[in-house]
Amino acid sequence: MLELKNIIKTYPEFKLDDISFRVDDGDHFIILGPSGAGKTQILEILAGLVDPDEGNVIVDGKDITGCKIQSRPFGIVFQDYAIFPHMSVRENISYPVRFKGSGSKQVLSMVAEQAEAMEIGHLLDRMPKTLSGGELQRVALARTLIREPKYLLLDEPLASLDVSLRQGLRSLLKEINDKGQTIIHVTHDYEEALVLANRVAVINQGRMVQIGSADEVFHNPGSEFVARFTGVKNYFAARLYREQDRQYGELANGRVLRLNTDEPEGKGFVILRGEDIFISLENLPTSATNQMKGQILEISPSPFGFEVLIDTGTRFYARITRESLQNLALRPGKEVWISFTSKA
Amino acid sequence: MRFQPFQLFLILLSGLVLLFIIGPLVGIFVATSPDQVFNTSRDPEVQRSIGLTLWVSMAATLAFAIGSIPLAYLLARKDFALKRLVLGIIDLPIVIPHSAAGIAVLGFVSRDSYLGKLGSMVGLDFVGAPAGIAVAMAFVSIPFLINAARDGFSAVPLRLELAALNLGASPARVFFSISLPLAWRNIVSGLILMFARGMSEFGAVIIVAYYPMVTPVLIWERFSSFGLSHARPVAVIFILVSLIFFIALRLLSRTKKDA
Repeated sequence: MLELKNIIKTYPEFKLDDISFRVDDGDHFIILGPSGAGKTQILEILAGLVDPDEGNVIVDGKDITGCKIQSRPFGIVFQDYAIFPHMSVRENISYPVRFKGSGSKQVLSMVAEQAEAMEIGHLLDRMPKTLSGGELQRVALARTLIREPKYLLLDEPLASLDVSLRQGLRSLLKEINDKGQTIIHVTHDYEEALVLANRVAVINQGRMVQIGSADEVFHNPGSEFVARFTGVKNYFAARLYREQDRQYGELANGRVLRLNTDEPEGKGFVILRGEDIFISLENLPTSATNQMKGQILEISPSPFGFEVLIDTGTRFYARITRESLQNLALRPGKEVWISFTSKA
Repeated sequence: MRFQPFQLFLILLSGLVLLFIIGPLVGIFVATSPDQVFNTSRDPEVQRSIGLTLWVSMAATLAFAIGSIPLAYLLARKDFALKRLVLGIIDLPIVIPHSAAGIAVLGFVSRDSYLGKLGSMVGLDFVGAPAGIAVAMAFVSIPFLINAARDGFSAVPLRLELAALNLGASPARVFFSISLPLAWRNIVSGLILMFARGMSEFGAVIIVAYYPMVTPVLIWERFSSFGLSHARPVAVIFILVSLIFFIALRLLSRTKKDA
């Protein structure tokens, strides 16, 4: 178990102020916040690259705050990967285990195994400058994981990948976490947090704003900042499947939604932004792939206008402007139709 | 096209400066007959002095590299009080007159000095000996190595060193496996500069050791005793030797990088 206690660190331009959190073994813990919030700095303090002014880093009850970088149980994958440019992929991956008393045969088989798991087995003899960003990232992951760190630290691992590569890396991270690897991962992308994290800490301007399970943070944002930043209230665990070239998601309550997605079949999430839900008074013909009837439960002011909670058997939050609210004369109890095109 | 006259003016000035460098060198080759060069190259005194100059400068460069490279690394990576002063001190040998540097070095290594006494205890003489020449050469040429190596280490991303530490490497292993290889190209060019500067040194060396005679001193001796026509062939040969070494080492450092 990892604990951060009251970490304070002052930088020329901002300050990490009283950061505390706990990460249990096996967690996929995501630190979510806008850029400049101090996320990377937290990872640097964990790894010992930077010493905090105050506070403690405690691993399994042992205070490691002043410990040397090389004896800490953290493996970090930097946002720019920090691949050694003068070494081949094989030499990069074997770097942590060479000279560690392992025989060279054993090292080679460890490298092969790790490269296979990261799907870069065919790149072992290449030099880093010939690799793409996605490939470099997998090299960095293999190089870090070969040392079997207790905690894997990831700095915005999906940010610099193009969309087509993200899905692959997401499943890879999921797989690594499922095998029991504890992951601490910083990102500014709430979707990443939704899909991967079991616990989420939201940080803004150097302060922890909310910590909890992904569910808690997204469904019960503790502050306007969290609500605004996380942005999504409509998210549902779903079973994704295909039929006749169309994708569907079956929600926990049995409701089936038409989806527009490339996600593989199986367990997944349906994510729907409040702005993407349209409210009408009748069942109008639209191009949206999902339409359903429901009753308004609640209307509350939100940063962008109003948030309307509609119960259709499943509860959806729609965001609308004041103008629409008045034009449609919406009020709690009224029956309306909602329509949306959803993605997974 | 508006700037054409101005560009012509720039080219003209640049050409003059290049001519200024190339002119005297071409002139010395033109003024010296191949016969003279050939005969002088068979002169044992010339051969001995060139051999001495090369190996002493090489030895001085390598010996002082052992301390200079770590110093350069510290200067590139650490901030400490009086760092600017240290950087200034390192550049001092470049700005002080080399004869004055020679006097200073002589005081430092003479038989009465601590270093001189220490040396004579183990049978090492500095004054009028290769060891003294090496110290004089190193004194005036060491800034070139330190500065080049420092630039090299500064250009190695700190992130790579931190990543290596995070992967469990000790600071020593990080230095030898990451910092040194990545700064190597700059270090080699620093070594070449130091070697070249050391072997061409005259002022500091002549004060510490007139004999055994390094080639720059020999050229001066031939000139002052016998005149220009006797000094010129030695100078031509030494310029050729320097060029050959300079080009060879440059090529060597380039292939190292590509490999």
